[in-house]
Amino acid sequence: MSDREIVLGSLRRSLGRDGPVDADTANKLRARMVGHARNIVPQRTELDDAGLVSLFEEMATRVHATVAHVSDMSEVPAAVGEYLRSENLPSEIVMAPDATLDDAPWSENALLEIRRGAPVESDQVSVTSAPAAVAETGTLAMYSGPDHPSTLNFMPETHVVVLPAGRVVKSYEDVWDSIRAQAGDPDSGRNGQLPRTVNFVTGPSRSGDIEQTLLLGAHGPRRLHIVLVDSE
Amino acid sequence: MNVHPTSRNFKNNAKEQLANEDLQAALNKARGHFVDGRSTAAGNLPEFEDLRDQAREIKNHTIENLDFYLEAYEEKVVENGGHVHWARTAEDARRIVLEICRSVDAKAVNKGKSMIGEECEINEMLEANGIRPVETDLGEYIIQLRGEKPSHIIAPAVHLTKDQVEQSFRENHTELDPDRILEEPPTLLNEARTILRKKYFEAEVGITGANLLIAETGSSIIVTNEGNGDLSQLIPKVHIVLASLEKMVPTLEDASTILRVLARSATGQEFSSYTTLSTGPKREGDPDGPEQYHVILLDNGRTDMIGTEFQDMLRCIRCGACMNHCPVYQSVGGHAYGWVYPGPMGSVLTPGLLGVDEAGHLPNASSFCGRCEEVCPVRIPLPKMMRNWREQEFEKHLSPGAARVGLGLWAFMARRPKLYQLATGLQMRLLARMGRARGRLSSVPLAKGWTKYRELPAPEGRTFQSRWKSGERPQ
Repeated sequence: MSDREIVLGSLRRSLGRDGPVDADTANKLRARMVGHARNIVPQRTELDDAGLVSLFEEMATRVHATVAHVSDMSEVPAAVGEYLRSENLPSEIVMAPDATLDDAPWSENALLEIRRGAPVESDQVSVTSAPAAVAETGTLAMYSGPDHPSTLNFMPETHVVVLPAGRVVKSYEDVWDSIRAQAGDPDSGRNGQLPRTVNFVTGPSRSGDIEQTLLLGAHGPRRLHIVLVDSE
Repeated sequence: MNVHPTSRNFKNNAKEQLANEDLQAALNKARGHFVDGRSTAAGNLPEFEDLRDQAREIKNHTIENLDFYLEAYEEKVVENGGHVHWARTAEDARRIVLEICRSVDAKAVNKGKSMIGEECEINEMLEANGIRPVETDLGEYIIQLRGEKPSHIIAPAVHLTKDQVEQSFRENHTELDPDRILEEPPTLLNEARTILRKKYFEAEVGITGANLLIAETGSSIIVTNEGNGDLSQLIPKVHIVLASLEKMVPTLEDASTILRVLARSATGQEFSSYTTLSTGPKREGDPDGPEQYHVILLDNGRTDMIGTEFQDMLRCIRCGACMNHCPVYQSVGGHAYGWVYPGPMGSVLTPGLLGVDEAGHLPNASSFCGRCEEVCPVRIPLPKMMRNWREQEFEKHLSPGAARVGLGLWAFMARRPKLYQLATGLQMRLLARMGRARGRLSSVPLAKGWTKYRELPAPEGRTFQSRWKSGERPQ
């Protein structure tokens, strides 16, 4: 007998069954799995669109992310340059090859040196967008794919995220619905699969492992800066 | 190679730890932090208590149908290009990890924090086979340098002061300037970050644990604050997930409910910095991510707990709230418990996994104050289960002679109320006289062990029963 059969056998004995669940139960369990019924979702996100964006901003700021507003994509490069200057950071950036970011006039900002793709060890600043953000806890949601190497979210010391305000959703459940829809969309290139990695990012990296003192920048970014684009 | 618990020595371990000044200083600092954090986070979410009920129901439902969900999960992992390995014992898990490491000729393995990794002693096995394990979680890294075990399931180095961390860094990072200033936590963190950053690129394999497995999608979830678990799984060629069977939930919606109570109960955060859903290896066209994705599903005694009075223990989501709120843990620290899982959850789980003969002292290390159950996000009746273990210990004649004689004597007296009242009345008067001067007793015959660390308030002279009998009533 394989270890698999032994473990399942032991489990079934302990559950008081001789074999797998009966067909009726199996159907019910399968229906539960594909039904995606939501459990309790906190009421704090029962807000209009503007309310959701301000809740997102409040929650993200509370966990030490910083937020800047611009009115449209044309202002993004200047806002990124301004942030890097104000924090005394280098102007070389590694940027996700993401179509959202293509909409910004990067070449007009001559001071920024931009490379598109995955980061290398020496990269100090990354710029990505986020396909969704969860107002409930100020959380960014990012999906791996050709247009978004996941290491951009973790390797450089500073992560700048360009977030069109319309992408702020209420809850994690909204994100699950959207990745499922994307997987099933023949134009998405996902071939029915979820992204390999879905990162929920809530503030910059931190550790409390030395005397429970809160320290930012443990392994991931020390700084998480969100540029909120108020209109798409 | 077998597990090396010292749970049998709980009493001596505890005695040593009570006298350990560094430990007591470190515990004093951590205490308020976790307790206040949880209470604030719970207070900020009106639905928190209802979410706890739902989290409990989700875990119960999953355990009752665990064979179904495990098979559904396995099918999805394979569909996404991953591999599932079933491990009956810790030894099986070690063998599977080694086989995978050897298949890619691994020299170094990066590890995100994993309690299953600790339970299976993966590091010791890797070292014995010439493979270098690198713990990347800051707390785990510190204790790896010191050759210690974690003392807390989410804060592995909570037993150490910053001076001890500094000392370990100076002893180990000998390539750095010995005159460097290294006193404050930020400089310590920066040093660890710089040193570990290089190591991420040297490993062929990354091992993480899993906070949750999702049957619907074949995914695993890790919840971290540092980002080390993410770098550990994204950079090496191979990602191995070590998970015990009961980490399963049916859907992403169910996972969301568990996540809403997890961080709040653990660190008092609304949500941890990083919650990562991993499904299979990297896809065609992905610029990064692992080429292989393996999940090791560990039983190691858990299926035997199902169907027993200890089944509810498998709901545990490893938040650590029970130990953060436990007066015993807060006095003796995690190492005294002698194995991987300390505090109230360890006092129930360890006898379940190792046997009550190995770990029978642990369920006795409780004042039954009940705070663990009060704060448990999945409402595990920990005190009740500790009582169940005590009963089993007594029935198996494993409890110490003095305790058995004492209990026998008490039972004899309790069945003879007149004699009982006479004896306790005499005792009260005697103790009251002894403690008359200060109202407290610093030494009591037959209770020297108890009074060594605290004083006994002297009784006021009469027993509850005699006061009740003479008509006294609460105001």
